[in-house]
Amino acid sequence: MGSRAKQDAEFLCMGIEGTAEKLGVGIVSDSGEILVNRVKHMKLAEGIHPSEAAQHHAAHLPSLVRQALEEAGLEMRELSLIAFSRGPGLGPCLRVAAVAARTLALKHRLPLLGVNHCVAHIEIGRLTTGAEDPLTVYVSGGNTQVTAFAKGRYRVFGETIDIALGNCIDQFARELGLGMPGGPAVEKLAKKGSYLPLPYVVKGMDLSYSGLLTAALRLAEKESLADVCFSLQETAFAMLVEVAERALVQAEKREVLLAGGVGVNVRLQEMLGEMCSEQGAELLVPPAEVLGDNGAMIAWLGVLSYLAGARQRLEETQVRQRWRTDEVDVLWR
Amino acid sequence: MEVIARGAEAVLYLSDGVVVKHRIRKSYRSPELDEMLRTTRTKREARLLALAKRAGVPAPVVLDVDLEEKKLCMSFIRGEKLSRLVDGMEEEELVRVFTLAGELAGRLHRSGIIHGDLTTANMLLSGKRLHLIDFGLGEVSRSLEAAGTDLLVFRKCVRSTHFNHEELIMDSFLSGYRRSFEQAEQTIERMLGIERRGRYFEHRG
Repeated sequence: MGSRAKQDAEFLCMGIEGTAEKLGVGIVSDSGEILVNRVKHMKLAEGIHPSEAAQHHAAHLPSLVRQALEEAGLEMRELSLIAFSRGPGLGPCLRVAAVAARTLALKHRLPLLGVNHCVAHIEIGRLTTGAEDPLTVYVSGGNTQVTAFAKGRYRVFGETIDIALGNCIDQFARELGLGMPGGPAVEKLAKKGSYLPLPYVVKGMDLSYSGLLTAALRLAEKESLADVCFSLQETAFAMLVEVAERALVQAEKREVLLAGGVGVNVRLQEMLGEMCSEQGAELLVPPAEVLGDNGAMIAWLGVLSYLAGARQRLEETQVRQRWRTDEVDVLWR
Repeated sequence: MEVIARGAEAVLYLSDGVVVKHRIRKSYRSPELDEMLRTTRTKREARLLALAKRAGVPAPVVLDVDLEEKKLCMSFIRGEKLSRLVDGMEEEELVRVFTLAGELAGRLHRSGIIHGDLTTANMLLSGKRLHLIDFGLGEVSRSLEAAGTDLLVFRKCVRSTHFNHEELIMDSFLSGYRRSFEQAEQTIERMLGIERRGRYFEHRG
């Protein structure tokens, strides 16, 4: 990354990410080079208030765009496309990113594309790890999905039917005053814990984490925190790995790609890695900068979609809060 | 002993004409959790297979259960997984088979049996007969929520693996389901409700 002159005929896309509490601006070239990838984390004392997050994004977007251009040594007119995360995500946050992207595109007469946040995670993972045709395990504060490509779309094999895995852990940590985000705190405490039974809920290939959260909170009233953290992680991750394993066998893939912020958890990586080696598959973990929400992934999906022929008129860029991964036509594969 | 299938959670082998389903240890999960899951699922599967048979649903006959070893012995059904046959089927055959599948699901629900993993990979076609297998994720329940979830699992399987025939399969399945289960309408309504509550359901005007 860093400043460098724009090369002739290079296609550069700026991606704006703002589906939840993180705000990201990235610039990626058509060769897949990430020129800059800036992420601004909102400080959270508790859960995300959508309107506060939206205010945060609105306040910081202009300077983040400026910083990104500066770091890349580019000017707006040298860009070829503006992409933004159109969904799924929190309505007020999505709308801020959308308005910013539309404004930039109109002002600088650039084409505009709203892209799917979940698909962006898959594509940046493929770009940075070299995964060809993986089963993707996408786990974050807001999303939990197991997907694989088949006939023009990323098909959903399993997903959460209530709250996301990251949300389950964060909410647990918050209720017990362990700070936000809760993942790292729970992971650390879990190292000294041992197993206590908690509800393990898998429905077909779908996952349910809300009952687990309630039970873990109740258990924390009488058992040691380390034990509850350990058991929460073990149960929540085992459910996910089980679904991933079954999807891997069913979809007949040889690679597993990890995506989303929860992916930094070492225990989760270890468990997925063990499952993969038993199944003769390879686990691919993208670098931390692109694992969580970021602008570069949006920019890269913008590049892929645009060069494959995707176009949107301004009035076709309205946000989609619950946009499904399997509704996106994957034109570039 | 001949290995006939290697799934994600179990190895199946044929021994003296009998199928042995061995739920193998998973090293990725903590030993206590692993032990608990393999025991409950083996126990559950044995119980639900017997109940399913009584409900008039073709399924393997349980011959022996070994909870120490997590092994289930059952009768062998010569057949092919429906998931592998769908793509080669004519429309007429799809309608027939999935109407039958729906009818079997209705018979289960009518008797308070929730399959838990109602997918085409867990349906064996043997001649004209369809058998249901893999009851390890199932339960006994008369709740609308449990039956609705069971239907949703099936629908999602169709959506992720048989997307080319999604409508035909679902229509046939639900018509069979209505035929054998008097509470079919409410259950289908509940399935749609569960889907709407989901994280990724898009409301459209």
